[in-house]
Amino acid sequence: MPRPRLTAIAFVVAVAPVAGIATPLSYLRTYGPAADPITTLGWGLGLIASFVCAIVGVLLLAAIFRSRPEPLDAAGRPVLQRDAGGMQFVYVGVGLSAIVLFAATVWTLITLSAVAAVPNTVAAGIHVVGHQWWWEVRYEGTTRSPGFTTANEIHVPVGAPVRVEVTSPDVIHSFWVPQLGGKLDVVPGQRNVTWLEAAQAGVYQGRCAEYCGLQHAHMALTVVAVPAEQFEAWLAREAADADAQALGALPGAANFEARCAACHTVRGTTAHGIVGPDLTHVATRRTLAAGTLPNDRVNLVRWIAAPQDLKPGCRMPRLGLPADELDRVAAYVERLH
Amino acid sequence: MVAVVGSNELGRRLDAQWERPRGLVGWLATVDHKEIGIRYLVTAFSFLVIGGVEALIMRLQLARPNAALLDPAEYNQLFTMHGVTMIFLYALPILSGFSNYLWPLLLGTRDMAFPRLNAFSYWVFLLSGIFIYVGFVTGHGPDAGWFNYVPYTSRAYDPGPNIDIYALGMVFFGISTTVGAVNFIVSLFKTRAPGMSVNRVPIMVWGTLTASFGNLAAVPAVSLAFLMLWLDRQFGTHFFDVEQNGRPLLWQHLFWMFGHPWVYAIVLPAMGIVSDALPVFCRRPLVGYTAVALSTVATIVLGFGVWLHHMFATGIPPLGLSFFSAASMAIVIPSAVAVFAWIATIWTGRPVRATPFLYFAGFVFLFVVGGVSGFMTAAVPLDWQLTDTYFVVAHIHYVLLGINVFPVLGGIHFWFPKMTGRLMSERLGRWSFWITFTGFNVAFLPMHLTGLLGMPRRIYTYPAGVGWDGLNMLTSIGAFVVALGVLLVVVNVIRSLKSGAIAGPNPWDAPTLEWATSSPPPPYNFLVIPTVASRHPLWENRLDETGERSSTRVGPALDHGREILRTTPLDAEPDGSVHMPEDSLLPLVTALVMLAGFAALLAHHWWLALAAAIGTAICTLVWLTPARPATLGAP
Repeated sequence: MPRPRLTAIAFVVAVAPVAGIATPLSYLRTYGPAADPITTLGWGLGLIASFVCAIVGVLLLAAIFRSRPEPLDAAGRPVLQRDAGGMQFVYVGVGLSAIVLFAATVWTLITLSAVAAVPNTVAAGIHVVGHQWWWEVRYEGTTRSPGFTTANEIHVPVGAPVRVEVTSPDVIHSFWVPQLGGKLDVVPGQRNVTWLEAAQAGVYQGRCAEYCGLQHAHMALTVVAVPAEQFEAWLAREAADADAQALGALPGAANFEARCAACHTVRGTTAHGIVGPDLTHVATRRTLAAGTLPNDRVNLVRWIAAPQDLKPGCRMPRLGLPADELDRVAAYVERLH
Repeated sequence: MVAVVGSNELGRRLDAQWERPRGLVGWLATVDHKEIGIRYLVTAFSFLVIGGVEALIMRLQLARPNAALLDPAEYNQLFTMHGVTMIFLYALPILSGFSNYLWPLLLGTRDMAFPRLNAFSYWVFLLSGIFIYVGFVTGHGPDAGWFNYVPYTSRAYDPGPNIDIYALGMVFFGISTTVGAVNFIVSLFKTRAPGMSVNRVPIMVWGTLTASFGNLAAVPAVSLAFLMLWLDRQFGTHFFDVEQNGRPLLWQHLFWMFGHPWVYAIVLPAMGIVSDALPVFCRRPLVGYTAVALSTVATIVLGFGVWLHHMFATGIPPLGLSFFSAASMAIVIPSAVAVFAWIATIWTGRPVRATPFLYFAGFVFLFVVGGVSGFMTAAVPLDWQLTDTYFVVAHIHYVLLGINVFPVLGGIHFWFPKMTGRLMSERLGRWSFWITFTGFNVAFLPMHLTGLLGMPRRIYTYPAGVGWDGLNMLTSIGAFVVALGVLLVVVNVIRSLKSGAIAGPNPWDAPTLEWATSSPPPPYNFLVIPTVASRHPLWENRLDETGERSSTRVGPALDHGREILRTTPLDAEPDGSVHMPEDSLLPLVTALVMLAGFAALLAHHWWLALAAAIGTAICTLVWLTPARPATLGAP
């Protein structure tokens, strides 16, 4: 019983987190005030938990292997007896446990009050709508920019809190950007509100965390934290309509209109579909199909050609475009900056 | 009517009264708690194996990133069936198997209080399991996770019969659990041997008793929820219909009001197994019997006040969450009582390191690991990170394999000699323990880290390069090692059935009443009803703590047809005798008629469903019609 287990614990406690700490969805290290107190609590409770396992493991091994007299009775069986002192273990063990549990509860409540409330002044308000299986992102209008809708990618200013309201028109999802905060379920018929703030610039990964059907595995989102002035510039770019004239001149315009516009919107053009993500500035996003693929020309063509192969069950049908039409549509989408 | 053991003639008479008829009809009609108990054990263990195979297939898929062994629809059915199978069709029924087999033997009586209800409970369990599995093998298994959240399970998003099969199957299965719970409760309060006051019953009895009370209070919530969901799906009611102001969280409340007490119901009897059997190998009574018994009760009571910790991330206001967070911390305390009592028992005892002991000692460690990860998820804000990741998957496996499967495997090695008259191989037993224990920790200890690195549960595949690949491979390897260990247990059981050494009545030199009768016990269990003077009837001479002695040799014979002794609820004073029912096909027939009814509901054959309902009522009436007393003039 002893060595393999202790080695494994030592490995997990000491080595592996260090190696994994920098992975994109790890919350062993976090980057914002909505997450950091939780991370501290997590390390604290995790160390207490590991310590308890170690103590009990050692006690158990000692209890089993400690040397003791082994008297036999007349029939050659080990003597039965009821030694005194056993209850000391219970008194001490339960007493110490109760103290630790009480302290942990207090620490939990302090952490809860530190992260639960949305700050009064926020730099932006975002409404995130969970769909099977992608994220609609609506930025509320401000005095500086009108509101607009995008998808699967959220931009935030560094060092300022952002309010996030989540709703769902279909099933339950869960909004989760581990390095910026805990989960919040996206429940139909309910408006849940949370917040996040990135302390440093960077790209943070998020995922749907509540099982929501066939493509729950491919429902990711990206949070991009940039300095405030860049954020303002991004807001202005995203709020702007597409350049209808330039787009209309592209050979793929008619194909896009015929094949894609029923489901997708490109603001400024006649594409007004609301079933799928808004594509007005899709070419600026980092991924396709809610984090399923990196956004480049090759993947774009693959995706438009065979969404059901890459994300089986997703709502985008196999269109069966001939190769030349596929190329024209992809070229058109690539121009949606 | 007091008889002295040694009378062959009495044994023959009791045999004639209690033995079931031979042949298939006798086999189907038996109400003997020992046969029913073994059926429960074999059936539930078969479900464990099936659920295990489902897990292995999933582990093949998850061993590498971007694997395509399974498509998402297949994976979703597999993970759902794995959960349904393990949580419902394995975890409680296996414990019901031990309890059904052991209770009358532990309590010094000849059968459960309601033997036919007992048979009925088994048949309903079996048939509801088959009902759900017929859906699965025809490609229509439940596919929304074992907790089946609405609105994903409404007809709009899951239009096939999958969820209807699950909903009706669970309502059907709930009947088995409920009648089983009633039977345990009445058996405890009315059938204990004279002198076995409540402070002398084995802890396992406390465990099953509290679990039964828990189930009686919890199962209605889930049966109601599944009925409401089925009505929503079939008749357009709006209980969970968001469009009509139905609330998705209503489902979650109803489900977890059931679900959390249930997880205690599927561990408390297993903890009881350890509390009773571990001390046998420590050559001393359990440390802190009273504390452990009370902590068992405290756990189920508190267990009704923690359900919201499954819903910390649903947007409920923090003030409400705080109470449930604190309650979830508090429920650790009764568990700590039991853990330290077990450690103290080993420490102050003289451990004999036989196979069952290894499983029980291993259990104590796994219990603590599962407990402390539960303690972490009890912290609301931390749970916002941990919930729905593999951290929680690791937690639930430490809890359910650690606290249920390990005691069960230990219990199988421990009571196999009683059930069959033969010992299991120690050599194979040790190998099976070390392989299972090692494989389990290889599979599930790293899984905590997989969760901390952000892997959500219930995804059918994952990308490379986010730090999950190596850990998942390790878990998959560990899962196959566990499977090898369980396979060895099966091999050991099958080999030992034929060639195990003859055990004798009490091979472990254990103190409780089941070891006072032969192995396997005769159909009537005890030639005379024992009289109990302490918690350890078979150790009294050697512990020599009181002057009183239990007796298994002199007592009431009760040989006028099938009879058991009725005793008072707390002190177990004799209170008359009860005629027990004969073997009967009615339990099976009633269960089959009900199965036909549920199948008719599934297929929308409303007239057939109505006919089945009437048939069930008729069966019940026939069932309840008193038979003419076998002997006239008996008291």
